[in-house]
Amino acid sequence: MSALPRASELGLIGCHVCGLVCNGVADDGDSGNSMACPRCGCALHRRKPTSYARTWALLIAAFIMYIPANLVPIMRTASLNDIDDNTILSGVVELWVKGSPDLAVIVFTASIVVPMLKFLVMGTLLVSSQRRSGWAQPQRAKLFRLVELIGYWSMLDVFVVALLTALVRFNLLSLVAPLPGVIFFGLTVVLTMLASMSFDPRLIWDGRDTND
Amino acid sequence: MTDDSSTGQGPRSDDELPRPVVKHPRVNASLIWLVPVLAALVGLSLVVNYWLQAGPEITINFQSAEGLDAGKTPVKYKNVVIGRVHKIRLSADHKSVLVGVSLEKSAEGFATQGTRYWVVRPRIGLGGVSGIDTLLSGSFIGADVGDSSAPQSDFKGLEIPPSVNHGAPGRSFSLHTDDLGSLDIGSPIYYRRIQVGHVVSYQLDGDGKGVSLGIFIDGPNDKFVTNSTRFWNASGIDLSLGADGLKVNTQSLASVLAGGVAFLDPPGPHDSTPAPELTPYQLFADQATAMAPPDGEPHYFRMRFEQSVRGLTVGAPVEFLGINIGKVVSVNLDYDEQKQRFPVMVGAVVYPQRLGKAYDKLETLAKARGESPDLTQMIGRLVDHGLRAQARSGNLLTGQLYVALDFVPHTPKVEFDPNAKPLMVPTVPGSFDKLQEQLAEIVDKLDKIPFDSIGKNLDQTLAGLNSTIKQVNGNTLPELKNTLQGVQKTMGTANDALSGDSPLQQNLGSTLQELQRAARSLRVLTDYLSGHPEALIRGRRPDATPTVDTTAAPTPVTEPKTGSQP
Repeated sequence: MSALPRASELGLIGCHVCGLVCNGVADDGDSGNSMACPRCGCALHRRKPTSYARTWALLIAAFIMYIPANLVPIMRTASLNDIDDNTILSGVVELWVKGSPDLAVIVFTASIVVPMLKFLVMGTLLVSSQRRSGWAQPQRAKLFRLVELIGYWSMLDVFVVALLTALVRFNLLSLVAPLPGVIFFGLTVVLTMLASMSFDPRLIWDGRDTND
Repeated sequence: MTDDSSTGQGPRSDDELPRPVVKHPRVNASLIWLVPVLAALVGLSLVVNYWLQAGPEITINFQSAEGLDAGKTPVKYKNVVIGRVHKIRLSADHKSVLVGVSLEKSAEGFATQGTRYWVVRPRIGLGGVSGIDTLLSGSFIGADVGDSSAPQSDFKGLEIPPSVNHGAPGRSFSLHTDDLGSLDIGSPIYYRRIQVGHVVSYQLDGDGKGVSLGIFIDGPNDKFVTNSTRFWNASGIDLSLGADGLKVNTQSLASVLAGGVAFLDPPGPHDSTPAPELTPYQLFADQATAMAPPDGEPHYFRMRFEQSVRGLTVGAPVEFLGINIGKVVSVNLDYDEQKQRFPVMVGAVVYPQRLGKAYDKLETLAKARGESPDLTQMIGRLVDHGLRAQARSGNLLTGQLYVALDFVPHTPKVEFDPNAKPLMVPTVPGSFDKLQEQLAEIVDKLDKIPFDSIGKNLDQTLAGLNSTIKQVNGNTLPELKNTLQGVQKTMGTANDALSGDSPLQQNLGSTLQELQRAARSLRVLTDYLSGHPEALIRGRRPDATPTVDTTAAPTPVTEPKTGSQP
């Protein structure tokens, strides 16, 4: 075992907020007690507590919300002789058909690709970390940072609907109104962000059995 | 928030590192699973909600999907959305379009038998404009629920919107007519020139021999349709030329263009109880025929015309003493082997009821005599009295003929077979035909005159005359001239002789003077004789002579008168 020692192996624990390093207690988590930083009072834990469970729970909730978000129309555009209820996918198709493929790609990326990517990435990270897999750890860490980064941009659709609803109000001629789908979509985005926040990236490295 | 120092011993002294504060957990970490459970609940509630809201799915069969849009086109009843088209596809045989409609839960009653669906599009017709609002809002499917509650999921869409909604106040009736004319669905129905309903349907009768019209009279005016109401076709312009002048009769401008039906109760006493729903009526061609008393049972009889019946058409009237009692229904040529002629067999129907009181009287009379009040008997009796059919000219310009039943005096008796079927009514040539015959006879006689020889003789005579005239001109006239000159001379001489200073005149004057003198002397003589009558015997005493007395005796009567004048 030539691997570098872990803080837990040395009985140490660091505070997330103020950086104070304390002497860790051996049995955290299972005993039902939690520690707090003696300096700043912030909760101390070697890893984020019940990270797997929280992440899984939030991810599953996000996925459940994602189904109605895609099935229920998100926006109603009413013009002079036409009322159009669009779901995300039908909106993308309409944009593509009506001659704005670039916009269609952007919306598709933000509303379909990114959330799906998040589900896939988070699922992969969770499964591989739970199995303490040592496979491609640096890449997995990068993937996690990517997910954290692009998380906010998924809100694009919600913003578009909110903006259009506020701007396009020419009663008879043209009207845009939000439909329940946009709430589900927003919930999906929020839940995936919460899921990625509750995931402790250090878990990726817990599967390490050799030194790097 | 309880500070606990139970674990606060140990490594601090070794590494001089602070020991963390140990706290009891506030919440159970597994509560986080409430989040996905909540999400699942929300999702489930959506599904349940959708399932609860989903009404029946129906399929409507249309000729075309024009104006329909899957996912958008609503289904409306009384302008309330009760469903939406969710799918449009072709039928298996590609002849029609199957439109899938998901009705709302509350509209379950529309997935029942008798419900009608149609596409509301803008329509512009002679009768009016409808569905203008769909120009802006797009087409939609209209629905009208029926009575039945038996579920049904496949419907046949109407191509034309029904003109009457189910449950609308009013009543439907049916009209029967020979042909549709210019009527159409939506054609107005007038009562005293007020529109009170419209035509809702039409179809050929099963045997193809007529047309049945379905009409709907809106309430509350439907009560004016009574058991004795007469309907007539009020389409177009009714022009009539009567004794009181030219009459133009129309219902409204719309009915002139798009056709229409009018109805009215007949004048006089009639049954005015409102008619029950779906009562059948006859649709008459015009108001006059509609208002005429009922025709009663028609009777068919035949006539055999020996002469041409050019101008006698099917439908020509049959008149009895000028009253229209029926019409010609067939005109057929026949061949008579014995006479080698082509008689024309004319079939006609007559309505004895049109004779009115006369018929009633005949009927009662026949009953009184103990005969059956049968038309054949009556006609037989009338034929004995000289009833004959005649093809008469009704219009000299067009040569239209009509059949006149009339009593013709001095006609030879004919055999009448009351048992013949159909009844044969004897005919006589029409007045026009008679005239024609007489004309033909005259022409025949004219033909017999030897115009050729007459002409020839006349020619010769004229030639002779010509030469005579020449002779007269050449010889006679100069002689005549001479004669005339002679005459003139004579006349001149006579004139001369008679003029005042002519010797004749003078001679005459002297002669008369002489005569006067003689007369005077005669008077002297007679005076003397009356004084001396003896002188006739003895003579004048000394100077009288007896000879003078005797010769002068006859002259005294005449001469004195003539002589005394000048």
